[in-house]
Amino acid sequence: MSRFPELTSGSRPVGVVSFAQYDNVRREGAHNEVEMLMPVVAEVFGSIGITKDDVGFICSGSTDYLVGGPFSFVTALDAVGVWPPRAESHVEMDGAWALYEAWVLLQEGEIDAALVYCFGRSSPGDLSEILALQLDPYYLAPLWPDPTSLAALQAQALIDSGKATEADFAAVASRSRRAALSNPKAQVAYDRTTEELLAEDYEVTPLRRHALPPLTDGAAAVVLAAGEKAYEWCERPAFITGIDHRIETHSIGARDLTVSPSTTLAGEKAGVGHKGVDVAELHAPYAHQELILAEALALDEGVSRNPSGGALAANPMMSAGLIRIGESAKAIWSGQAGRAVAHATSGPCLQQNLVCVLEGV
Amino acid sequence: MSERCAVIGVGQTVAKAKREDVSIAGLVREAALAALDDAGLTFADIDAVVIGKAPDMFEGVMMPELYLAPALGAVGKPMFRVHTAGSVGGSTAIVAAHLVASGVHERVLTVAFEKQSDSDAMWALSVPQPFSAPLLAGAGGYFAPIIRAYMHRSGAPGDVGMMVAVKDRLHALKNPYAHLHLPDISLKMVEESIMLWDPLHYLESCPSSDGAAAMVIGSERAVGAATAETGRPPAWIHGMAMRSEPTMFAGRDQVNPQASRDCAADLYRQAGITNPRKDFDMAEVYVPFSWYEPMWLESLGFCDEGDGWKLTQSGATSMIENGDIPWNCSGGVLSSNPIGASGMLRFLESALQVRGLAGEHQVADARRALGQAYGGGSQFFAMWVVGAERP
Repeated sequence: MSRFPELTSGSRPVGVVSFAQYDNVRREGAHNEVEMLMPVVAEVFGSIGITKDDVGFICSGSTDYLVGGPFSFVTALDAVGVWPPRAESHVEMDGAWALYEAWVLLQEGEIDAALVYCFGRSSPGDLSEILALQLDPYYLAPLWPDPTSLAALQAQALIDSGKATEADFAAVASRSRRAALSNPKAQVAYDRTTEELLAEDYEVTPLRRHALPPLTDGAAAVVLAAGEKAYEWCERPAFITGIDHRIETHSIGARDLTVSPSTTLAGEKAGVGHKGVDVAELHAPYAHQELILAEALALDEGVSRNPSGGALAANPMMSAGLIRIGESAKAIWSGQAGRAVAHATSGPCLQQNLVCVLEGV
Repeated sequence: MSERCAVIGVGQTVAKAKREDVSIAGLVREAALAALDDAGLTFADIDAVVIGKAPDMFEGVMMPELYLAPALGAVGKPMFRVHTAGSVGGSTAIVAAHLVASGVHERVLTVAFEKQSDSDAMWALSVPQPFSAPLLAGAGGYFAPIIRAYMHRSGAPGDVGMMVAVKDRLHALKNPYAHLHLPDISLKMVEESIMLWDPLHYLESCPSSDGAAAMVIGSERAVGAATAETGRPPAWIHGMAMRSEPTMFAGRDQVNPQASRDCAADLYRQAGITNPRKDFDMAEVYVPFSWYEPMWLESLGFCDEGDGWKLTQSGATSMIENGDIPWNCSGGVLSSNPIGASGMLRFLESALQVRGLAGEHQVADARRALGQAYGGGSQFFAMWVVGAERP
């Protein structure tokens, strides 16, 4: 048996060999972004006994609008300390896409390892207002629609289609927050039944409080290593056998919000259905979105969904996607999963989606 | 392993202070359609879109690629957003090229833009941050002391910057896409313009522009098909490199940053460049403030350290004076500065030159050219070498 799994995407096996995340909290008042990243970067290197000198590329993901100033990624780089100078890049996207850029570069064979990190604090501003600025600046943003109201339109469309009920949303939240009890990094975890959750008031009809993600300050980092290097640093690397991402139109009025064709397509390209899936970490900030994503990826009942609690347990902006990849890798390292699917999303109502299939050998 | 790849189409908008005739989507689409047309392709032929721009606060739209997806034909495709400060236009092209070099895609559309008139870049650069002293000086105020350090170190006479300001504006007269067309430009005119940040006069600074740039990067197979279709040659990518270093620490050389020198060394190794002045036929280099020409001439190895200003003074970098190593034949950043696109315009113009399609500002028989962009506090670098020969 080959030591490397068969690849659907790319031709060089690249494994997730280390992962670290900050304690997800509602408000990290005392530390700025650099100070949050420093222990995360130290841990992601230290836990496998390497340093920044061992990686040939660094890529990060973040957005200026959370910090409220331009070039927020510039100072964040001080958390790594790029001296002597390094090959480095940044995406104004979730860290999952930064990982994609690093994976692409690793395919070329010039370098064998990369550091990926990301950060996002929701506490300095009003996230509802900030995310409204992500919308079409001429026709949509001037109306200031907040992300929860847009998600509520999607949830209502799902109910109207007959595919799900409010009780289904509550069941997702109940399971996710219960799973989060065993995740030490979770911000929101509890043991409440579906019935108890359905007794909550609506935030925006038909979404009750339990169906909403928490507001989170957080950061995360991953080390990728190619070929033999992966085994040098990790006993059972989580190899990326498939990875792809797709975007849909921005205009939510032009989309069928009850389905996620971009997730379906990315999942097909990443080979999700080629073999059985043990664990799926889905970046579904709102409870009903997990149902849409599970359908889009054709996950069967046997798949363990969001054993970490998912984005309902902690939703650090620009990081919750990479954390899904990190949590999936952890499931592979421990032997708990042989094959895992990680998903990241961006934009209103699941506009853009990335799917990453990880396998252990 | 790395696959050969090349630029098979380029497109740019006319740069202006205010493009009030188009939305942001209209602006990027104008450049994208021109690039596709040049490559003999349509949106349907494109596998992925990679977009870059400088800080989102420059327009006041957070992660605008989400809204721009349909305008760039990206629906149902991978869409990727790069942001690496002022070097972003160059980095974006490099990220797009790696998607082809890695064998992941065949044809990638890459776009960069800025629509500065939609917001206020000076405001966006000056937002107060907790526990940080506000600069409130914009980019020129940041770079002026570094320029003074260069003058002190090299002993350059005070008028070299003004010579660059004149030369690049004379070049711009040959480029219909350039924002500034100043037919009366002269040393006297530059000297008489107001002093903004000593030693930088108003006319030694880049303008604020709206504009976009786009390129199609293709695999060897895509190159064959495009050339057969359009009859226009490709610009082969001979090497590409990126380097970053921290903004500040004691002992950092801000005049000639290590990251710049390391980036050039890596690039030249890939492209087999041993004598940049001889091996290149021209260069498009990010010179937003006049003095950065002599500074980058030295850092990029076109002359010995301390001699950059002599090269500028001799006319070696001027097309008008038939210099042997013309720099910024398009007019450069000093003539058009849609910030996010400014780096990509350098990469795009270098490609145009080796394809022989630069029109009036074409360097005769240009076979190999350098494209360079920098950003942040002279700390982020992106560079590529393109050539007429297949590597």
